Amino acid sequence: MNGNGGWLPVRPGQAVELAAIPLIAAEEFASHVVSGRSRGGRLANFFGRRLPDNSVRLYAFLAFDSASCLELCSTDVRRGQSGGSSAPAYPSITNHWPAAQAFEREIAEQYGVHPLGHPWLKPLRYHATDDGAPAPWGAFDPTKVIPGDYPFFRAEGEEVHEVAVGPVHAGIIEPGHFRFQCHGEEVLHLEIVLGYQHRGVEPLLLHPNAARSAIVAETIAGDASIGHATAYCAAIEGLAGAKISLRAAAIRGIALELERLANHVGDLGALCTDVAFLPSSAYLGRLRGEYLNLTLEICGNRFGRNLMRPGGVRFDIPEDMAGRMRRRLDGLQRETAEVLDLMFDQSSVLARFEGIGALTEAQADEIGMVGPAARACGCRRDVRCDYPHGVFKFSHIPIAVETTGDVYARAVVRWLEVQRSLEFLMELLENTPEGSAFEPIQALKPNAMAFGLSETWRGEAMHVAFTDDAGKLAFIKVKDPSIHNWFGLALALRGMAISDFPVCNKSFNLSYAGHDL
Amino acid sequence: MLQILKTRLRQGHRTTKFPLELPTLPVQFRGRPLVDSSKCPSGCQACVEVCPSQAISTDGGLKLDLGKCLFCTECVDACPEGALRYTQDHRLAVSRRADLVLTDGEWKLAQRMADDLHRTLGRALRLREVCAGSCNACDLDTNVLNTVGWDLSRFGIQFVASPRHADGLVVTGAISRNMHAALLSTYEAVPKPRVVIALGACAISGGPFQGSADVLNGVEGVLPVDLFIPGCPPHPLTILDGLLRLIGKIPNGSQT
Repeated sequence: MNGNGGWLPVRPGQAVELAAIPLIAAEEFASHVVSGRSRGGRLANFFGRRLPDNSVRLYAFLAFDSASCLELCSTDVRRGQSGGSSAPAYPSITNHWPAAQAFEREIAEQYGVHPLGHPWLKPLRYHATDDGAPAPWGAFDPTKVIPGDYPFFRAEGEEVHEVAVGPVHAGIIEPGHFRFQCHGEEVLHLEIVLGYQHRGVEPLLLHPNAARSAIVAETIAGDASIGHATAYCAAIEGLAGAKISLRAAAIRGIALELERLANHVGDLGALCTDVAFLPSSAYLGRLRGEYLNLTLEICGNRFGRNLMRPGGVRFDIPEDMAGRMRRRLDGLQRETAEVLDLMFDQSSVLARFEGIGALTEAQADEIGMVGPAARACGCRRDVRCDYPHGVFKFSHIPIAVETTGDVYARAVVRWLEVQRSLEFLMELLENTPEGSAFEPIQALKPNAMAFGLSETWRGEAMHVAFTDDAGKLAFIKVKDPSIHNWFGLALALRGMAISDFPVCNKSFNLSYAGHDL
Repeated sequence: MLQILKTRLRQGHRTTKFPLELPTLPVQFRGRPLVDSSKCPSGCQACVEVCPSQAISTDGGLKLDLGKCLFCTECVDACPEGALRYTQDHRLAVSRRADLVLTDGEWKLAQRMADDLHRTLGRALRLREVCAGSCNACDLDTNVLNTVGWDLSRFGIQFVASPRHADGLVVTGAISRNMHAALLSTYEAVPKPRVVIALGACAISGGPFQGSADVLNGVEGVLPVDLFIPGCPPHPLTILDGLLRLIGKIPNGSQT
C-alpha cells in the first residue's frame, strides 16, 4: 500500500501515474472506502476497468468538496480468487453506503463482478458483460426483450395497484420505464428501469479518429454537450499536460453558462406547463430558444457541437460578436426576470410546488446526490466553486442553495442560477481575456490517468481517462450526474400523489441518455 | 391578473412567419454543404481521412452522404482547395435514402407524399415521436416546434401521446437494441396508412454511434421510411421544412 493511508490525493486535470494509485486488498476494500465517508467524503465515482491479465480493477473516487480535493484508491478482483472458478467478487459497499448502489450494479453488469451482500442487485442498462460471463443475476439473453421484464418490488394489500408507464411516453421525451405501487392516489413506491438509451458510448470514446471521440463526448447527453465536453477535454488535456489559453477557457465558460441558462429556463417553463400556468410556460419555452440561438451564433449549432476540442475551442468570439451577444443578453435578462417573477408570484403555481417531492439533506447525502437537486436540499456542492477550473478560477459564481428539498426549492435554485449565470456572462463578454482559442495538444503521457470534472446544468459530470504504455487512450469512464440522482426521484415520490409525478420528474429533469451511456 | 396581462402585452406576437418569410440564421450556421469535385486534386483523400463518420467518398467523384454527416468542420478545414463548404441553406429533407448522397449535381428535396396518402393525411397529420437511442438533442429540437416561436399546429401537424391516435412516427436515435422491440410495437399500433420519418443522423445511419454493437445503425431495415431529415441535430427550421414538404405545404421545387 502506498499513498496517504491508502488514498491518493488527486486533482481534476492533473495526470497521475497508474502505479501511484493505492491498491487495497479486495476483502478490505469496502471498509476502506466506507471509512472515507466518516472523514466527510462523498462518493464521486466508482467504476471498474478490465486489465490485460483479465482481472478487473475497481477505482473509487471520494470528493472532499470543502477542501477542494479528491482521493482515489483501487482494488483488484479476479475469477477464482475465493477458490475454484468462482466469479470475481468483493464485499459490497452499498450495504454501508447507499450512494454506491448504481455504481456496483454497473460494475456487475459490465464485468460480471459480484458485490457480495448488495441489498438490491439488478441490471442497470441491460447489456452483456464484456467477456460474456454471466452477471450476478444470470447470463444476458439478447433474444429476449429485457428492459422492463424484471421482478419489480411489489406492494401487497387490499386496493394496492400498480401503474406502469413507458418506455414510450406521452410527450417528446427519452425512453424509460416507471413502475408505481399505489394505494389509491398515493404512491407507496416507485421503481425506475432505464437502459433503453444504451448506445455503447464508452468504447466509442476510444475511436481512433480524435474528432469522432470528441463528437461522441458531446452526444453522451445532447442537452449537456458543453458540460460533458468540458469534462472530456479536461481529462485529455490532463493526460497531455496541456494548458489552454485564458481566452479558450473563457469561451468554454461562456458556452457552459449559456447551456445552463437554456436548460434552466426551459425547465422552469416546463414546470409551469405541468401545473397549467400557461403564460410563463409559453414565454419561457421561447426564451429557452433565444439562449440556444446565442450558442448557435458562436459555433453554428444550438447545442454547442464542435465548439469544444482538447486544446481549446474551435470558434472564437470576436469583439463585435461579444458586443452583439451582450446587447441580446441584456434584453433577455429583463425579459427572463419579468416572466420568472410572474411565475413565482402566482399562488396557484406555488401551491403546486411547495411540499411536493421533498427530500432531506440527509437523504440527498446518503444517496450521493449532486447538482441543483442536491443544492435544493441544502447540500453545498458545485464543481464551479469547489473545484474551480478554467475561467471559474478567476470569476466566481456563488453557490445557490435552498433548504426545503421540494419542487419549489428545485425551481428556486434554478432561478437563482439563471440570475447568476446572466451576471457572469455579461461580465465575461465585456472582459474576455486575450489569447489563442486553440492550440493542438501534445502526446499523452503513458501509463497515466487523468480526469475532468464539470458542473453541467444537472450537476457534476466526470470523465476519467487512462493511457496504456504506448501513451494511447486505453479506457475512458464517463459519469453523468443523473446516475446519482435518479434514485432521488424515486425517493421523492414516496407518499406523494401519482398525479405529482410529472412535476416531480420535471423538477429533477434527469438524463436518460447520460445514465444509459 | 394585471401583471399577467401586462406581461402578455409586452411579449407580443412571436411566431415566425415561416414559410412566408425565411428567418435570418447566423453566419456560423452550417446548412447544406456544397461539393465541387472539379477542385479535388487528383488522388487527394484529405477529407475522406479526417471525416469522423465515414460520410465522404471519392469513388467516382466527390460524394458526401448527408445521412452520415455530423455537420462538423473537419473536412472543410482539411480540404486544401475548398472543394467542400457549408452553405446557409437549411433545406435538407429528402424522400429517398439515395437522395442524401450529395454530389456536384442537383439536390433533390423531399417530395409531397403520394396522392392517395395525401388525401387522408395531408390536411391533418398526427405524429407520435419515438426516441430510440438518441442523445436527446433531436427530440428537444423537435419539441421546440410546439413552442410559440414555431406554432406547429397552425399547419395541421400535431404530436400526439398515443400511437393509436397517430398517422405516423417520427423516429430519433440510432435504434438501440434495448428500444428495438418498443419501436416495433409502437409502429404496429399506428393505424394504416402511416408514415415514418427518420430524424437526425442517428436515425438515418447511426450517427455518432454508428458501428456500436448496442445499436442497429438507424431505422433503415427496421421500418420503411418516407422522409429523411439529416443533421446532428437538424435545426428546427430544417425539421419544419421537411414536414411541410411531406404534406405539400411547401410545394415541390419551392424555396420556402
